[in-house]
Amino acid sequence: MRSKARNNPGMLLRAWLLLHAQSFIYSLGQYYRNLLTSILTTAVIGISLALPGGFYLLLENAHQITAGWDDSVQITAFLKSDVDDAIATELVGRLLEYKNIEEAKLINRDQVLAEYRELSGFSEVIDILDENPLPSIIIIKPKLMTLPDGVDRLIIEFISSQPEVEIAQYDQQWVKRLYGIIDIIQRCIILFSVLIGFGVLLIVGNTIRMAIYNHRDEIEITKLFGATDYFIQRPFLYTGFWYGLSGGMASWALLTITLQFLKQPVDRLAKLYASEFSISALSGTETIIMLLCGVFLGVFGSWISVQRHLKTIELN
Amino acid sequence: MIRFNNVHMQYRGGYLALKNINLHIEQGAMAFIAGRSGAGKSSMLRLIALMERHSRGQIIINGQNLERVRDSRIPYYRRNIGFVFQDHRLLRDRTVFDNVALPLVIAGHRHTEIRKRVSAALDKVGLLKKESLNPITLSAGEQQRVGIARAVVHRPLLLLADEPTGNLDPALSLDTMKLFEQFNQVGVTVLIASHDMEMIKKMHKRIITLREGRIPTHFGNTSANEKSD
Repeated sequence: MRSKARNNPGMLLRAWLLLHAQSFIYSLGQYYRNLLTSILTTAVIGISLALPGGFYLLLENAHQITAGWDDSVQITAFLKSDVDDAIATELVGRLLEYKNIEEAKLINRDQVLAEYRELSGFSEVIDILDENPLPSIIIIKPKLMTLPDGVDRLIIEFISSQPEVEIAQYDQQWVKRLYGIIDIIQRCIILFSVLIGFGVLLIVGNTIRMAIYNHRDEIEITKLFGATDYFIQRPFLYTGFWYGLSGGMASWALLTITLQFLKQPVDRLAKLYASEFSISALSGTETIIMLLCGVFLGVFGSWISVQRHLKTIELN
Repeated sequence: MIRFNNVHMQYRGGYLALKNINLHIEQGAMAFIAGRSGAGKSSMLRLIALMERHSRGQIIINGQNLERVRDSRIPYYRRNIGFVFQDHRLLRDRTVFDNVALPLVIAGHRHTEIRKRVSAALDKVGLLKKESLNPITLSAGEQQRVGIARAVVHRPLLLLADEPTGNLDPALSLDTMKLFEQFNQVGVTVLIASHDMEMIKKMHKRIITLREGRIPTHFGNTSANEKSD
């Protein structure tokens, strides 16, 4: 028995589009009909995606705060306490002759003390002291913004080798360390996101598996009346699509709410540090990427499940 | 229309359900497969519907050798068959109309065409007025008629029914059989498996009796060759 061939490609395309439209709407209806399961699945996907998304935002904001910090890398040379201003000025001159030094500025011990008094709030304590315990310092700016490691050390060695210098160190050593840590965290987040992605696949797969078994009768009947595997799996794939999309939207909402919740205190804190910093939310592109991730995980998870479980339904 | 040549069928567990079946049913005929439970009635229908594959012999349905129907082509093959079940197997989450429309939706017909054909099929079984009801609200006889409407709505060449009157009382059973007869009269080949001998005899159609997976000739069976000539 050969099926009555409907060879008109236009008609076939229309029939195909119609079937897709039907599945699209039907699966949305299914989402609504199994509201509790659907909401739970959406929530799980939403939270799962919000976790890596949140970490990503955290990193983005950390980057924003620390941006520009490494531009201002400078070296502080603490002079020995018996070095007076004249020798120190002479030292500045010598340092400026060195090829990798852009700028060298002397801050003598009196200025240091004044600055310390102003900033520390210990002015009364300082008044008690008989003499100034602080050394003079020279602030040195290297010529190159970002120095290769070797040159870095050469400058420090050169400065340290001066007899008047007690110790010389990079002010922003910790910024470099922070970047190192951020780099490690970033990699951890990528790994973590991949694991979470697998988790979402399993969750969607399991939900779809249950949906398949709940629709056993329907699947058997449609198979008997000549439904192809594509016809049968289509609504399940669309269900996965809706789960993924709604999950993506849920995670977007979660992140947006969280950011709103944090915005005020962070702004206040930033103001205390005299910083212009303000939490940045997800951009349009990032939101779209997040939704696409959700959709991909939803569809792919249900596809895996459909491939595995649809075949196991035997006709009887 | 249906031809079995030395057909054997063994289930995966090793159980031999059909042994050396020879049979020919011509196009446009109506026939019954009789026999006790476990005699192999359902197995025969399952072979014709390609729900199972036979293990030996040859089955030809409408000129098509079933061995040559690849798994991927089975859906298209089945679109020329209508099925009626003992428990009618209607879907409870949709209306009578949507149940009957199923084979047409599967085949990708357009909405206007579906509406026309479903109405016609429901009209034939006398349930046009109940198209928007849920099948659960119908009586057993009505549910079975919805099942029959679904089985013929896509105008199949062959109608297979497995114990279609198993859940109905004698009067309803006869009505249902008359309905099958009507579809047979417009050209559909009808094959019904049933153990209800009394009712079968009233229909005065060909009866194929199965016993333990065979067709014994002394049961009033006409042999395949005799009938096909």
